[in-house]
Amino acid sequence: MSAVAWLTQFLEVLAALALAPLFLGWVNACRAWLQNRSAPGLLLPYHGIRKLFHKDAVIATDASALFRMAPYVVFGAMVAAAAVIPSMGTGLPFRSAADAIALVGLLAIARVFMSLAAMDIGTAFGTLGARREMMIGFLAEPALLMIIFVASLISATTALPLIAERLAVQAPAIFPSLAFTAVAFTMVLLAENARIPVDNPATHLELTMIHEAMLLEYSARHLALMEWAAALKLFNYACIGFALFVPWGASLGDAGLASLAVSIPVLAAKLAVAGVWLALLETVSAKLRVFRAPEFMATAFMFAVLGLLVHLLLGA
Amino acid sequence: MSPLDSPLAACLALLAAWGLIGVAGLMRPGSVVFVGRTLFPLGAIVGLGVALVAVLGVGAPVERATLVIGLPDLPMHLRLDPLSRVFLALLGSTSAGVSLFASGYFRKGQGTAPGVLGLQYHLFLASMGFVLLADDAYAFMVAWETMALTSYFLVTSQHAIPEIRSAGFLYLLMAHVGAIAILLSFGILQGGTWLFSFDAMRASTLPIPWATAAFLLALFGFGAKAGLLPLHVWLPEAHPAAPSPVSALMSGVMLKTAIYGVLRVTFDLIGDPQWWWGLVPLALGLATAIFGVVFAAVQTDMKRLLAYSSVENIGVLFTGIGLAIVFHGVGMGALAALALIAVLYHSLNHAFMKSLLFLGTGAVLHATGERNLGRLGGLIHRMPWAGWLTLVGVLAIAGLPPLNGFVSEWLLLQTFLFSHEVPRPFVNMLLPLGAAVLALAAALAGYVMVKFFGIIFLGQPREASLASAHDVDGLEKAGLLWLAAGCALLGLLPNQVIGVLGSATTQLVGSAPDTASQSWWMLAPLPERAVSYSPLILLAVIVGVIAVAFLIVRAVYRRPVRRAAPWDCGFARLDPRMQDTAEGFGQPIRHIFQSFFAIERELPSPRDVAPRYRVSVTDRIWRDLYLPIGGVVQRLTNAVAWLQQGRISVYLTYSFITLVVLLAVML
Repeated sequence: MSAVAWLTQFLEVLAALALAPLFLGWVNACRAWLQNRSAPGLLLPYHGIRKLFHKDAVIATDASALFRMAPYVVFGAMVAAAAVIPSMGTGLPFRSAADAIALVGLLAIARVFMSLAAMDIGTAFGTLGARREMMIGFLAEPALLMIIFVASLISATTALPLIAERLAVQAPAIFPSLAFTAVAFTMVLLAENARIPVDNPATHLELTMIHEAMLLEYSARHLALMEWAAALKLFNYACIGFALFVPWGASLGDAGLASLAVSIPVLAAKLAVAGVWLALLETVSAKLRVFRAPEFMATAFMFAVLGLLVHLLLGA
Repeated sequence: MSPLDSPLAACLALLAAWGLIGVAGLMRPGSVVFVGRTLFPLGAIVGLGVALVAVLGVGAPVERATLVIGLPDLPMHLRLDPLSRVFLALLGSTSAGVSLFASGYFRKGQGTAPGVLGLQYHLFLASMGFVLLADDAYAFMVAWETMALTSYFLVTSQHAIPEIRSAGFLYLLMAHVGAIAILLSFGILQGGTWLFSFDAMRASTLPIPWATAAFLLALFGFGAKAGLLPLHVWLPEAHPAAPSPVSALMSGVMLKTAIYGVLRVTFDLIGDPQWWWGLVPLALGLATAIFGVVFAAVQTDMKRLLAYSSVENIGVLFTGIGLAIVFHGVGMGALAALALIAVLYHSLNHAFMKSLLFLGTGAVLHATGERNLGRLGGLIHRMPWAGWLTLVGVLAIAGLPPLNGFVSEWLLLQTFLFSHEVPRPFVNMLLPLGAAVLALAAALAGYVMVKFFGIIFLGQPREASLASAHDVDGLEKAGLLWLAAGCALLGLLPNQVIGVLGSATTQLVGSAPDTASQSWWMLAPLPERAVSYSPLILLAVIVGVIAVAFLIVRAVYRRPVRRAAPWDCGFARLDPRMQDTAEGFGQPIRHIFQSFFAIERELPSPRDVAPRYRVSVTDRIWRDLYLPIGGVVQRLTNAVAWLQQGRISVYLTYSFITLVVLLAVML
């Protein structure tokens, strides 16, 4: 492993930690502009996290240690996930430790711990949120696995950085199977990050909330970590999308410092476009009733499986 | 010759020791202290010995022996080979934990006396060991039936309760329907030589139709023991009926003897399975996995939930077996080995995880007397040891890295990624879709386990009596710790485990993944794919991030945590009944997978004085398959009962007719 590889690894994790709230702010700002509202500041998520860290933590009297542990575990899983996603370069030293299936596992750790923590106090909202989160998750997880499967079949590996590398060096042909999986991935991304049409990050409307319902009992530093982890999750999903569908521009293998320097503005550009795209999707779609959410997720799963079938039929 | 020179002799001595421990219990059958505190820990040590003997000489040559016991001129052949070593290791290591827990568990003399229970328990263990060593059909069936009978008596240890008696009857019935099929399969396998030793069966080559029949009979017979769809019906009845350590052994170990049987018959005795045979266990396995996990999600009894989760895992195992047969049949030996590694690994994992979870429910059952999820809750405060150790099992079986459930899932998914290379048109397009079903089942397992743990251990206690629940005591704690440590180690050191399992796949399909040339911390079974997984590094990174985050937060924003009443959106009168019930948590699954269930709803009319809402979710297969079969059997037996006239002259007439017919045939 060269020094550049370790530098890439370090920069990627750092970028994920630092840029995730900014990306969230960018999506929110774009959404506000598209909806003809005046946008909140781009840096608002940072202020939110900073403010929360400075507050006194209040937790329920009958919260167990699991409740206090969960924000750290969720945050840790998200940072570890950021370390295997090739956002800037593909020559990550950490890539041999966890492939894309392990990445799905890392996301599952976060989901399971968040749901368990939500059930810990025993409030009606907490268990409701946990149940709904798991309901979305059990369809989103296999859908994501199938999306990764298609990319793995094309590139003959399950290591995400290698997938990105092999897809990037191929002639920029359009794989019909990847078109299907891209649709599926967009749907999974929206659902897993509690965006419209599955959940609405902007409200605490009691009957429809999913993600926010699980965080109701958290405050101060625990909440800050959870919020930061949620921003990281959105950032991670965006970067998984880049690796699978637009891998061009990332520094490939041991390409050296120059290529790493190029990859940083490329990543920024991709994120900017992704933010607009997400905001657009959220603006043109309406929130689904909770009972329709499984249908939405099942559609995503079927799209992913269809992508797999298309790949096997056409070999592309 | 010391027993260490002959591992087979050592194994037999240890199995005999289990038998002796069991018999010793009869000296003071009523004494909980003697049986529980002395004999069960001894049994655990013997179990450890079995595991050590099996693992230590794993590369050693196959060893045979002949025991001259039983019927004259029909000695019992025994054989210790890598496949039996793997399963003996599973039996020994899992039972060590379960026996430790059991020593603290059988406290009061309810139902069967402790001494008798101890005899049944240890004979059950010894017979499972004997099943794994048997090398002829006769010895195998004797051990197999001993296993079925001892476990039947263990299941019905609380025989005063009618439901338990009927659950035991159903179990015995299914066990024997299965045993008949296995016997018939052996009957075909001897191939006209009338030699029932496994060596003779290995040597004979059958025409394909007969071999297929033998395979399908074995699949049916062992499938009935394992709980393959649609033969799973006894599992959710028998597991809740049995005492928890027995459920742990049955689910963790006994189901695996059926996996052993399928592997033994298919890859060893038949020897050259046709590739298309694999499609049967593959399809059935996938169906079983989905079916089991969906049913687990809607259960309200914690042990029934685990029983259905076992059905799911059996489905996963049969899926792997199916893949291995397909790969082996088309000559892709390395992949067949990988699929078999996944099967053996998952067997081992499931033994540890499921035993741990069943013992966890045992601790809860002991502390609260409740199996119904609707009356539990908040137990992590009262029972921290049981709670946190169960959490390890929960995370492992939900397939989360870096614990053990993830490794076998990872291996099986990697194998599936190659299934499109099977050189058979059409099939190679359908096979990868199996991965989608498998992934769905794995994700649903996460749902089930969040429900299981969240409702039992988290939240508010749903009953006032739960406040007096007590935690596990020393020996129970040791048993749980042993199994939890097993889950962690099997997850963290996959290379070492595969190194041991590889000898069995070499025996069965002639190749094994190369782990020796890899770094010891890195699992990379497919060098050409450049895929690898390193649980130790993954764990180190996660723990490192958590530690750093914790230290920074502590250093920079050190403010004390204040405790207050739950916020709950400002709602002040929080009540434990406002939490989700087990039914409530399973509701989305019931809604999405409606067609799987037979749902009966009882809705009150608006004018009811005492309104009652009831919904019962039952198994369609029971209604649509078993009840009709039961009806047919009933009608047939009624017809045959006409023969029983109850008059001696009629019976004499029967004898006369029989004699005449026999004479006519003979002459």
